[in-house]
Amino acid sequence: MTELIERPAPEIGKARRRREDARLVTGRTRWTDNIQLPGMLHVAFLRSPMAHARILRVDVSAARELPGVVAAFTGADLGPEQGSLPCAWPVSEDVVIPAHPPVAVEEVRYVGEAVACVVATDRYRAADALEAIEVDYEPLDPVLDMEAALAPGSPGVRAGQSNKAFTWVFSQGEVDAAFAGAPVLIERTYVQQRLIPSAMEPRAVVCDRLGEDYTLHSATQIPHILRVMLALTTGIPEHRLRVIAPDVGGGFGSKLQVTAEEVVCLLLAKRLNRPVKWTESRSEGNLTVHHGRDQLQRISLAAESDGRIRGLKVDLLADMGAYLMLVTPGVPLLGAFMFPGIYKMAAYDFRCTGVFTTKMPTDAYRGAGRPEATFAIERVMDELAHELGIDPLEVRRRNWIEREEFPYTSVAGLVYDSGDYGAATDRATELLGYAALRAEQAERRARRDPVQLGIGISTYTEMCGLAPSRVLGSLAYGAGGWEHASVRMLPTGKVEVVTGSSPHGQGHETAWSQIVADTLGVPFEDVTVLHGDTAISPRGLDTYGSRSLTVGGIALLQACGRVREKAKSVAAHLLEADPGDVDFENGLFRVRGTDAVRSIQEIALAVFTAHNLPDGFEPRLDADATFDPENFSFPHGTHLCAVEVDTETGMSRIRSYVAVDDVGNVVNPLIVEGQVHGGIAQGIGQALFEEARYDEEGNLLTSTLADYLIPSAADLPDFVTERTQTPATSNPLGVKGVGEAGTIASTPAVVNAIVDALRPYGVHDVRMPCTPERVWRALEESR
Amino acid sequence: MIPATFDYVRPSTLGEAAAALAEAGEDAKVLAGGQSLLPLLRLRLAYPSVLVDLGRVAELRGIEDRGDRLHIGAMTTHDEVVNSPLVNEHCPLLARATATVADPAIRHRGTFGGSLSHADPAGDLPSVALALDAEFRLASAAGERTVPAADFFADYLTTALEPDEILTGVSVPKLGPDWGCHYEKFHRTAQAWAIVGVAAAVRHSGGAVVEARIALTNMGATPVRAHAVESALAGVPLNGSGAGVREAALRADEGTNPPSDADAGADYRRHLAKVLTRRAVIAATSG
Repeated sequence: MTELIERPAPEIGKARRRREDARLVTGRTRWTDNIQLPGMLHVAFLRSPMAHARILRVDVSAARELPGVVAAFTGADLGPEQGSLPCAWPVSEDVVIPAHPPVAVEEVRYVGEAVACVVATDRYRAADALEAIEVDYEPLDPVLDMEAALAPGSPGVRAGQSNKAFTWVFSQGEVDAAFAGAPVLIERTYVQQRLIPSAMEPRAVVCDRLGEDYTLHSATQIPHILRVMLALTTGIPEHRLRVIAPDVGGGFGSKLQVTAEEVVCLLLAKRLNRPVKWTESRSEGNLTVHHGRDQLQRISLAAESDGRIRGLKVDLLADMGAYLMLVTPGVPLLGAFMFPGIYKMAAYDFRCTGVFTTKMPTDAYRGAGRPEATFAIERVMDELAHELGIDPLEVRRRNWIEREEFPYTSVAGLVYDSGDYGAATDRATELLGYAALRAEQAERRARRDPVQLGIGISTYTEMCGLAPSRVLGSLAYGAGGWEHASVRMLPTGKVEVVTGSSPHGQGHETAWSQIVADTLGVPFEDVTVLHGDTAISPRGLDTYGSRSLTVGGIALLQACGRVREKAKSVAAHLLEADPGDVDFENGLFRVRGTDAVRSIQEIALAVFTAHNLPDGFEPRLDADATFDPENFSFPHGTHLCAVEVDTETGMSRIRSYVAVDDVGNVVNPLIVEGQVHGGIAQGIGQALFEEARYDEEGNLLTSTLADYLIPSAADLPDFVTERTQTPATSNPLGVKGVGEAGTIASTPAVVNAIVDALRPYGVHDVRMPCTPERVWRALEESR
Repeated sequence: MIPATFDYVRPSTLGEAAAALAEAGEDAKVLAGGQSLLPLLRLRLAYPSVLVDLGRVAELRGIEDRGDRLHIGAMTTHDEVVNSPLVNEHCPLLARATATVADPAIRHRGTFGGSLSHADPAGDLPSVALALDAEFRLASAAGERTVPAADFFADYLTTALEPDEILTGVSVPKLGPDWGCHYEKFHRTAQAWAIVGVAAAVRHSGGAVVEARIALTNMGATPVRAHAVESALAGVPLNGSGAGVREAALRADEGTNPPSDADAGADYRRHLAKVLTRRAVIAATSG
């Protein structure tokens, strides 16, 4: 007799609190720096104080003599064994990928580049020993400005070589015709300032050697990719190398990297045959975590006199920094396809030049290329509206893709599967009280109120859910874009999920449990999710590009489906029925039209005992699935921001912020909400606060969080967030990515609002971050 | 937190602390709440040989009513100052300015005396102490002395404290009900230092200013008293157009030497000082 379990509420769509948070928030968990191994040594790096110099001499002999110091190595000591840090995205035929030794040997090319390392019995002694290392440098000219770097006669980041890293072009439609004789031409230049991804957990590495086997723990987003890359670059065979990403405290793309410190820790464990640990300090991280953005955008838009867009041209300079790291040159390409945004146009021309400078290399940072593109097009749409004297919402309406036009092939060649830009915009304007704010704005302008009101608009879409493997191949990316999941039922009816998607704060354990609970009809609590260890989860491509749910979640869904079908065949066998007559609902297999029932937990036990299984059925209730998407994911939405600008001081204060996002169907609304909030905060950070600044000698001026300002909750308004729900047609859950959307949308909304407030004063742009001083100076110049 | 090696002493009385400091010599540093010193140690910008930790010297902590003045022990935390009924009643300027210091976590660790001894011109409390004509009590193994605020802040991060001296407390005058006050802090994020700050205490009667005390944060190497504004404000009417206050505030940058740094150029700071001084005086005399 089967006991009927009560019908569980559907888990998918439930705003569950994240099951992993208690351990993450209290820190009583497996942070890499929490790992203590017997006999473990501590590594510290001596870093270059020079932006560009020839290394004449590095002497570590005095450091080696200090108490507690076990070893010290220069780049030359590590020799050819340290290899070259990889770039997996050779974007073009002409791309130049310079040698990149983890510890510099002949030359240093940015402040912070490692020149030696020390291994000691504790990190204090290791830090002390750094002060005993002597280095003689011959200064070389720093290369800091992209335009100057490309000019003839510029000093080279590498002597005798051009500072051009690559050129990448794309063109579609009759661009010249679109611009010739266009009634309206808008040409602007925007600066995407350099940013420092500021994950809460600093980078950390622990490496252990056991015989010829190595285990590398790293605070990384990409344990699987890291394993392959380390095997290829260090010569330690892949099957001798296990990579573990324990709990990881945020990344935002900054831990999508193969770092010098990871490679060196591996080599040190090998040479010393002892476990080693390295944990960066925040100021070390500001110098040497790869930076983000840093583009100079020249954008030209041709339009009809009614505002309809004829064509778009973008000429981009992208600062690579001193080397090409894992996906450095690919970041602007991810933006290349997004400059047209949600708008219809017949012609589009894109050109990007990657430029070497003597600064920390750039690479992926939340949004990676799409925030930059979205900023430029959304700023220019406001400029177009101003030029024509029409409402910036209206000019967007006249150009955007209508709901009934989906699927729509954009001028950049992407197929947007679904969307409803009008619905999101209508709801956002309603929530903001757009008309009333416009009236207040007019009134403040009329009385020359020293505090002016501006309204900023950002109607965005983005491409995420990276990615169809074939598309990545066509763009010369060095890996695929599939994801893997395994699901196994244990004898007692519990479920273990193994995911190749490696969380670093996103809430996979919760969302994945919800998907399993619904598809297998088991309680949420009966699911556990294993991840981030190449020995436990051997197949995967990790977490970046808002890909987890739209790729990894679908793999999981498919694996669950296979488990369910297997269980059904066993249930039919036990119930002596044809599988076609067995229905599955809420964890129960029932022979249609009878009372004969078996729970999936009973089937799990029956499979374990294997006393009575169908002929040929192997006694295991598990399945694997690998999903390779056919298309990207295209979330969209409308963000509106009202800003009060104090024209006396230049201070901007966000008064209200409304985000209506469409991320398709939703597995956990609370997680989506969290992603949107965090994303908006980070985008506001770029608009108002954050900038990695180098001085004229190439010293980073913002090496601490006292100099590099990131907003805290106290600096942000309450966000009003809602969603429209247009299901994706590209995956069976109808879900779209949400990890980067807030960051992509919010920056132009804020800057558009500030500029909108200042238009009566003749100010039409403020460079980011829009600090009070920059706003004040813009006002002074126009007065 | 990876400082170089140092010795550590944790006395439990002021006498022990002064003796420890005298013995340790010039390379010793006094550790109070650690909110300024520890970052310097962590970045290896300071290499003290000995830290004398005042955390257990109970006599340095607390706020006392001493007739027409309040005495605030040097080891009193910012949070205790913010929430002190005595301070809120008799010296609300100090309570309000302290409430703008950093964030709650730091205000629970950081101390009044530590902040003043650090003498960062971008810190909020030095200018408040200057505006109030606070008196600083200094002690060493050799004895005690009192230094007025105007003499205490000597230069950038430099005070009248000798290497063997400890700031034990600060005495501030009680301000009567005819005084209004306000601290106007201009900063980019809640946790950031002031780009410019204005501490204003204004005695007013019959709709006019009787007496004003104005001091500026981050307008020079030390906190700066805005004497020109104070003189110009005397007798200025507070109702009506506000032209008198506006005009007086335009003199806020007189005698200042503001820095140009990553946060702001000197010209911008001069401009801000005028705007913020006007706002501080209006806020101090409203309601």
